[in-house]
Amino acid sequence: MTDLHLWLIPIIPFAGFLVNGLVGRKFPKALVTTVALIASVIPLVQVATIVAKFSSLTLPHIENLGVWIRAGAFHADFSFQLDQLTLVMLCVITGVGFLIHVYSVGYMAEEEGYWRFFAYMNLFLFFMLTLVLAENFLLMFVGWEGVGLASYLLIGFYYTRDSAANAGKKAFIVNRIGDFGFLIAMFLLVQHFGTLSFTEVFGYVAAHPALQGGFLTAIALFLVLGATGKSAQIPLYVWLPDAMEGPTPVSALIHAATMVTAGVYMVARTHVIFDRSPFALVVVAIIGTATAFFAATIGMAQTDIKRVLAYSTVSQLGYMFLGCGVAAYSAGIFHLVTHAFFKALLFLAAGSVIHALSGEQDMRVMGGLRKKIPVTFWTMTAAVFAISGFPPLAGFVSKDEILYQAFISPNGGKILWAVGLLTAGLTAFYMFRLWYMTFFGEYRAAHRDELAEHGAAVHARSDTKLAVEADPHSGHGHGIHESPWVMLVPLVILAILSVIGGWMGWPDGLGGSNWFAHFLAPAVKSAHLTYEQATVALATGGSNMPNESPAGSKQLELVLAVVSTLVALAGWLVAHVIYYAKPELPAKMATQLRALYALIKNKYWVDEFYGAVVVAPVLFIARYLLGALIDRGVIDGGTLAAGYTAQGFGALVARIQSGNIRSYAGWLALFAAVLLVAAYFGWTAHFLPR
Amino acid sequence: MVPIAYYLVLSAILFSIGVAAFLIKRNIISIFMSIELMLNAVNLTFVAFTRRWSQITGHLQVSGQIFVFFVMVVAAAEAAVGLAIIIAIFRARNTLNVDQVDLMKL
Repeated sequence: MTDLHLWLIPIIPFAGFLVNGLVGRKFPKALVTTVALIASVIPLVQVATIVAKFSSLTLPHIENLGVWIRAGAFHADFSFQLDQLTLVMLCVITGVGFLIHVYSVGYMAEEEGYWRFFAYMNLFLFFMLTLVLAENFLLMFVGWEGVGLASYLLIGFYYTRDSAANAGKKAFIVNRIGDFGFLIAMFLLVQHFGTLSFTEVFGYVAAHPALQGGFLTAIALFLVLGATGKSAQIPLYVWLPDAMEGPTPVSALIHAATMVTAGVYMVARTHVIFDRSPFALVVVAIIGTATAFFAATIGMAQTDIKRVLAYSTVSQLGYMFLGCGVAAYSAGIFHLVTHAFFKALLFLAAGSVIHALSGEQDMRVMGGLRKKIPVTFWTMTAAVFAISGFPPLAGFVSKDEILYQAFISPNGGKILWAVGLLTAGLTAFYMFRLWYMTFFGEYRAAHRDELAEHGAAVHARSDTKLAVEADPHSGHGHGIHESPWVMLVPLVILAILSVIGGWMGWPDGLGGSNWFAHFLAPAVKSAHLTYEQATVALATGGSNMPNESPAGSKQLELVLAVVSTLVALAGWLVAHVIYYAKPELPAKMATQLRALYALIKNKYWVDEFYGAVVVAPVLFIARYLLGALIDRGVIDGGTLAAGYTAQGFGALVARIQSGNIRSYAGWLALFAAVLLVAAYFGWTAHFLPR
Repeated sequence: MVPIAYYLVLSAILFSIGVAAFLIKRNIISIFMSIELMLNAVNLTFVAFTRRWSQITGHLQVSGQIFVFFVMVVAAAEAAVGLAIIIAIFRARNTLNVDQVDLMKL
């Protein structure tokens, strides 16, 4: 077996993190850049070499470096695994990751803490690569927690700003809630299988077709809880929009392209368990669909360019969950890949816009930027069309695949498909809204002050404040300018990928061969069986495993593709009318549909709801019950009481030691007299030797 | 024949006077004298008890007397050293009041 030295892939970014993190402060910027870029390009090269000799490998390829933890019969190893799924993830992480590193060189050029930024970025790569390369749940959990840490560090990058520090904490804590689910799932796995190794667990499950539901459902549901935390799904999605406090490349890398896809990856990776639990799959599908729709509606009314994209990310992740939930894992992963391309591009282009406007993030004061920053405009256009689902761009192919699978899947059904379709329309609407508001019409910078006043009054804690405070480039002072080439090159590459990236999975129904699904099939082939099928498979020794996907046809696929394209077109048209043809319309609509507008503008008051239902009680318990009563009352009180007792007794006894010889003599005489009296009455008899 | 209790009571009275003087007096020489008084009260007890012991056993017992000599020798030595210190203190402080010489350093 060829040795690929898989461990080297994550360890090199880690080395970059150590170098920049420990001594980068003293380095000149050029050196920091070199270290960071080298540390992110080497994994890319390694992945490329793996791709080159991929066909000659026996899969899954496992490399075990030794035992990590041994406790009785249980052991967890430092073992890495490479299969088709891992390879896809590796390509996305290292490819997009490297491009974003390059982009950051330009974007962060004038920032304080340049070295810190790149150290964290490398650290993030390290953990993310560990996550996808891990061969057991425990090592995966290391990466899982690690990306949370890196995310926290990067969201709170502008740590002097309260909002950024709070957003970082929020992300970390919400993620921790999800991680709790992951941990419980691991405990259940250890209890039932005695191991955390993917190969062993999945092998065991695969070898026992009668194993259905039951504790597998419990494990799957706890894994879903973990996934909802990391992938920002209902109910734990609230951290992602706030995470936009970090620098824009971070939003692109972590909160769009890679880290948030960890939940989807995890579901796909553990699909063997999910396949056996129809209930958990339905839960995944419903969570995904609901999140997709819910986040898309919120995205329609946001005015901060990055927040629109953040809700769009949440929504698109919902699609991936929908794909996984209908056991079409390859479709989910496919959307993950294309989404990584166009969402990274959207964020980077948005960053380029923000850069051009010296830190402005409020779309209401943008407009007419098409001519001023043409490269950004054209790349952004590619991404907008891709995410809206226009053929033949990447988003169309992958989103359609998911909708098609949802339509034909016995798990999914027409309702999920219909909601997904409606969401596709909303997606097109809010993306074109962003496109028109940013690039078309008049440049509305003059409205800024007016808006700032208005905004401060109406949306006290909302985006305007964010936009004004999140002003990393306020020092520029000069007019609108196109970004430097170091930022534009990644944009162009990602734009090309957003256009052609979907072609590798061009569906059968449209004359393609869906190469991607076939490539991924060995790793994520759904073994989703009904109980009867499982019994048959058991009886025939597995030779009769049905592996055809559910009934569907090329005609149906084609029809669905046309329908969803039309819906996307409708979304575009509506956005065109409202935000381009009749620019006075949005304000009018906002007044007429005041209640609805307020509802989505304020994100359904979910943050406020969580604040009242979860955060406030927890804070109350922490502050008053545990803090004031238990900590300060019982624990502090007990300790202090012991201290004061000793002190008081000491003070009393210390008065005997006055330093005056005659007082000592007096005490001596007094107690000698006492002793004499005691002896006279025989009280000392017990203490004296006979 | 004087009963031993007489000696012991006298010794106790002398010792008590010594203790009281030691506690009350402020003058170093007086304190010194009260110490001598206590030492000699104890000497009296030694002698009285040895004498009584000789009577009970019928043999001459002298250990008490010997101890008294030791006490006297030590007391003499102590007096020599003590008086020297007192003179030194008086020269330095120009007083013999112990309340004014309660610090080691000058």
